[in-house]
Amino acid sequence: MSDIALRTIGLGKMYRIGGERAAYRTLRDSMVQSAKRPIERIRHPGAATHKSEILWALKDVDLEVRRGEALGIIGRNGAGKSTLLKVLSHITEPTEGRVEISGRVGSLLEVGTGFHPELTGRENIQLNGAILGMTRVEIKSKFDEIVEFSEIGRFLDTPVKRYSSGMYVRLAFAVAAHLDPEILVVDEVLAVGDASFQKKCLGKMEDAAGHGRTVLFVSHNMQAIRSLCHTAIRLEAGRMVDSGEAGKIVVDYLAQVADAGASATWEPGQGPGDEDFRLSSVRVFDSSGEVANLVSTAEPFSVRMEFDLFRSDEALCVGFDLATSDGTVVLRSYQTDIEPERWPELPSGRHTLECTIPPGFLNDGQYSILPRVSLHCLRWIVHTEAAVSFEAHLGHVVSPYAQFVRPGVVAPVLEWRLVK
Amino acid sequence: MNRVANPTGHLTTDKFVVYERGRGWVALNLRELWTYRELLYFLTWRDVLVRYKQAVLGVAWAVLQPFLTMIVFTVVFNRVLGVQSPDPDLPYEVFSFAGLLPWQFFAGALARSGVSLVGNANLLSKVYFPRLVIPISAVLAGLVDFVISFLVLLILMAFYGIVPGWEVVFLPLFLLLAIATALGVSLWLSALNVLFRDVQYIIPFLVQLWMFVSPVIYPISNIPEGPLRVVYSLNPMTGVIGGFRWALLGHGQQFPGGYLWISVGVVAVLFVGGLFYFKRMERVFADVV
Repeated sequence: MSDIALRTIGLGKMYRIGGERAAYRTLRDSMVQSAKRPIERIRHPGAATHKSEILWALKDVDLEVRRGEALGIIGRNGAGKSTLLKVLSHITEPTEGRVEISGRVGSLLEVGTGFHPELTGRENIQLNGAILGMTRVEIKSKFDEIVEFSEIGRFLDTPVKRYSSGMYVRLAFAVAAHLDPEILVVDEVLAVGDASFQKKCLGKMEDAAGHGRTVLFVSHNMQAIRSLCHTAIRLEAGRMVDSGEAGKIVVDYLAQVADAGASATWEPGQGPGDEDFRLSSVRVFDSSGEVANLVSTAEPFSVRMEFDLFRSDEALCVGFDLATSDGTVVLRSYQTDIEPERWPELPSGRHTLECTIPPGFLNDGQYSILPRVSLHCLRWIVHTEAAVSFEAHLGHVVSPYAQFVRPGVVAPVLEWRLVK
Repeated sequence: MNRVANPTGHLTTDKFVVYERGRGWVALNLRELWTYRELLYFLTWRDVLVRYKQAVLGVAWAVLQPFLTMIVFTVVFNRVLGVQSPDPDLPYEVFSFAGLLPWQFFAGALARSGVSLVGNANLLSKVYFPRLVIPISAVLAGLVDFVISFLVLLILMAFYGIVPGWEVVFLPLFLLLAIATALGVSLWLSALNVLFRDVQYIIPFLVQLWMFVSPVIYPISNIPEGPLRVVYSLNPMTGVIGGFRWALLGHGQQFPGGYLWISVGVVAVLFVGGLFYFKRMERVFADVV
């Protein structure tokens, strides 16, 4: 008997984005399209009739997972991780290549799939269990265990619409955690619940991996990947770019993310901009004046934008969006935010503007800088994706109680006092 | 390589289940559907439970709806417009209710299943199971209402002293035919609605028109014999409703006869065609829903 649990050969998945097959169509659109097509064909013989853009969410993925192996899948947002899990879970079919699977697959792409707000906790356990592929006998035998794990106790017969979001998630995860397939496919579902519940869930998954279960695990939590998985692969733009021992893949990935990070420079004429303005570099500097991938929130650090200005304009605003790794914009800042008397003078020529970000402000995590240049109220000159990214380490919180990273995109320490 | 079908029906090579792009017309894979019968049960159970929990009147609604419809039909069509039941011994009230019984099952099934796939979009995009489970459970969920209104009909028949004859043993067969008809149409509508969202707006209109070309309000005998009756029987609900009345309402009723077989034939074509169409479209549901 072979010890391969899962194998993919030349796996590819294509989506059409935009164009005529964007999502569902309406009948009218469809009729109009089919009426137009012959006419277009007569008017422009040989022209492509499908104007849609093609996106390969996955391309040429060859993967082999052994029985009992825990495989981590990492990569940036949009790298194809979720698509890969969907194809492996048989939810959507591959456009090319094939998947070979030996064993029962259970997929957890979302917690609480099929939960109905009107139904009680008890009813939802049964329903969700069935949806995840448990048999009635199985649900019955694990019912008490699920209820205990979820910690919902006396709310078992309350409709889940009255649950707090924490209870809801705990119940949903409790059902999922008791799924017992030979191959478990998990997508980032651990990013829910409070810290202690997350820990419990990780423990449950470690159990699963320890008991010879094959686990495929997508996460942005590198710590979880490292502790749960033996091996890992990294996806980038739908292709598998790296595979091997989990610890090494994670380190390489982080290094690469940080590397691409703190400094972006462009050849003359190649940077974002137009004939009047062109960006030549964006860099992050730490307090000692070095380009830094890693900054401490205990110290101030700065963002420097270097650019060529070919035509001076009073309306020119140069700045950036500071965003978290999931794309949430923390703030936008321009050199024109301060009083007009203090605005730096910008005649034609090469300039470097520096913006200082104060200590005691950002939270722990990965942040990125998205250049934003405009002529005020006229038009955008630069409005691009993240140019640089850096990691902030929480260094300013002095409380002995601050042992865990708090939620939030910023982490200022606020003043507290007794008023009465 | 040794290729055999495993219990879930996928093509396998040496114990491996293979997923790859389906081409052309796919196999129906009904055996796989059977392995998911518990999910079918739970989804049907959910639909029923949610419906009765959400409605304030709950079960009473299932009684009132056909009963009030019957009253309105009797007043408007029988008393005012003079439509008669085919048999002087059979009150129009019972006659119309016996037609409404399968009709409302059919109409309800279409309304629910038409939007069923779109309504369960989160399931389709997050879990694998044979997609047929969704419209089937939407159709079957109507059986609870059916049973309740069937009991109302029995009370009504007892009130008018109407006793079913031996024909009643065939009633389950006609119920099966009603389910097959509802499912056959539902398979088409639910799959079409994923691709063309306007289908869900067309359904209520379709159901309304369909009722007027079905023998709900008037007896089949009002349709002249000959070619017109044949065309009329192409509507599968003609056979279903005719069959229900024949099986339920005692010896006075005429067996739908040859016309029934036309309806059965149409149901078979609709049903099998619907199955294949659904299976063919199911591959893209998760991507477009």
